[in-house]
Amino acid sequence: MSVTYIDAIREAQKTLLREDPRVFLYGQDIGTFGGAFKATKGLAEMFPDRVFDSPISEDAMIGLAVGAAIEGMRPIVEMQFADFSSIAFNQIVNQAATHFYRTGVPIPITVRLPSGGTAGSGPFHSQSMEGIYSQYPGLIVLTPASVSDAYHMLIDAVALEDPVIFCEHKFLYRWLKAKSINGDHLPIGQARIVRAGKHATVAAYSAMVHEAVRAADRLQQDGWDIEVVDLRSVKPLDIDTVLASVARTGRLLAVGEAFPWGGVTAEVVSRVSEEGFHLLDAPPQRLNARDTPVPYHPKLWAAHRPTPESICQALRKLLTF
Amino acid sequence: MHATPDGLATNRDFLRAVFCSMLRARILENKLSSLYKAGKIVGGVYLGRGQEAVSATLGASLLQGRDFFAPLIRDQAGRTAFGESMLDCTRTYLGSALGPMRGRDGNIHRGRPQSGVPAMISHLGSQVSLVAGMLFAKRLQGDLEGRVGATCIGDGASSTGAFHEGLNLAAVEGLPLVLIIGNNQYAYSTPNHRQFACADLVEKARGYGVGGFAVDGTDLMACVSVISEAIRRARAGQGPQMVVARLLRLSGHGEHDDGFYVPGELRGGHYGRDCIEVAMRQLVENGIAGVEEILEWQEQFADEVQRAVAQAQQEAAPDPYLEDWTALATRFPQPCCQPAAQPAFP
Repeated sequence: MSVTYIDAIREAQKTLLREDPRVFLYGQDIGTFGGAFKATKGLAEMFPDRVFDSPISEDAMIGLAVGAAIEGMRPIVEMQFADFSSIAFNQIVNQAATHFYRTGVPIPITVRLPSGGTAGSGPFHSQSMEGIYSQYPGLIVLTPASVSDAYHMLIDAVALEDPVIFCEHKFLYRWLKAKSINGDHLPIGQARIVRAGKHATVAAYSAMVHEAVRAADRLQQDGWDIEVVDLRSVKPLDIDTVLASVARTGRLLAVGEAFPWGGVTAEVVSRVSEEGFHLLDAPPQRLNARDTPVPYHPKLWAAHRPTPESICQALRKLLTF
Repeated sequence: MHATPDGLATNRDFLRAVFCSMLRARILENKLSSLYKAGKIVGGVYLGRGQEAVSATLGASLLQGRDFFAPLIRDQAGRTAFGESMLDCTRTYLGSALGPMRGRDGNIHRGRPQSGVPAMISHLGSQVSLVAGMLFAKRLQGDLEGRVGATCIGDGASSTGAFHEGLNLAAVEGLPLVLIIGNNQYAYSTPNHRQFACADLVEKARGYGVGGFAVDGTDLMACVSVISEAIRRARAGQGPQMVVARLLRLSGHGEHDDGFYVPGELRGGHYGRDCIEVAMRQLVENGIAGVEEILEWQEQFADEVQRAVAQAQQEAAPDPYLEDWTALATRFPQPCCQPAAQPAFP
């Protein structure tokens, strides 16, 4: 028996619907159809009054969720693709994110963003939005990289009083499997060292964790021990775990799949530079997607995002500085 | 005869209450304007002058403690009628730490969401789906029966995507939403003909599959008749209802704006008339209130305004050194669920 990342997300939603009467699901094609990625498959049959197909109205979907949260519900909204959350941007960053600060009334909504690239998905079904949402005060932004985290972090997200942007990686949906959803169940806001090493630290999140581990495995053959930190939550950002790792290795590479201007990797590098400059033996490096829209063709796509090859290359440069 | 607001009050008491909210709001807003011009209010002051009849009728027709009301920029009268204390207004405008927004937001961006009055954001049309969501929650909780949610927007907001998405969604979900469009003919400085191309905004109701009403927003009696009917239908389960009130904004967009772009003939025309003067005449002619009485109300409300302003002015401003500089309700680090074991990775 194995559990995929998407199984974990569906199971988490099932658990939430079963155990918390405040939870309901709202999104496009998530009812009978079970969602574009089948993250809600079968749930409408099990909970017919709490799983709703929405009109194609991302703005109003989040507006509805915020209103429902004010009145005591715990909505989970599925954006069909993270990219389309741009239509809901106003409701997310201006309505949901400002609400607790302005009024003292929290908005416990969870917005699920099927994120990141897959071959052939092109510019509008491949985006990584975590950096954009992290910029705004009042949001929690989660980027699970493991099957266990996909399950437990979604359960934890719904329990939080604040709006959560839950970035699920589409590439991991079916590719990533585990024996079970059991895991160490770290709290939200804590990073995890997924591979111990001593020569350099790679800070990554979501699908890039797996690419970083592959790169580390390759470099091991050349005698390099690379430590890989899975950030898990990009906001809040557990910079202490990254700093502690850098204290051991003296070198940092931050890897993300989002566009290169600013964003999570820039935040990691700037904080480590600021708080751990004395720990560094080499200039901290960043590796991101390229500064173009995400291309359609698999060959272009594979060269657009960081890969084990490009991570290895960046690490070799870092290790030989 | 005009329709009696269904099950709310007798026509007479109801009209007196609506008028008092109109008058209270006007006197309060006149004071806010003076304070702004004297440099006592930071930011801006946005008046509902000319829109009080529509707004107060709506606020007074909703059930406090049961219905939801998401006011917008020009709804001081509606807020007053729905039970907002004058101090909530003066404290927010004057930046008292004791106001509902505690200095974190100002002027009309205020509310008490836990009491059914969401605090508007500046992005127009955004409150439509939010009110729909409040109603949606009540449906899921099995507590929607006899409850409505109302919000107001202007002619300008009817051009936003949020308006379209929100109203369409409310219609799809069949929610008891009452949407008032105060068509005051200018969105800031932009006239109707640069805002929409249909002959009348009420035509849009048909396209959304919602109830549609048009009313002369300067006529209190007409407002009471039409708005109470729209609310009655929503409450009776007939889905969203849209009321388009035609009127003219009798001020600039804010007090920084003299509204020079509104032509004189419009100001002198039918919709340029002051709804408070119209209402006063209607009340007096129908023997609902006397002139003397109205003058007494005026004095009483002016006194209330002075006291609400004086109190807010004496109260402490928020202290940046004591401010809790977090936008999250969650406190991090979160407690560990269980001790972190060996690095594990599936």
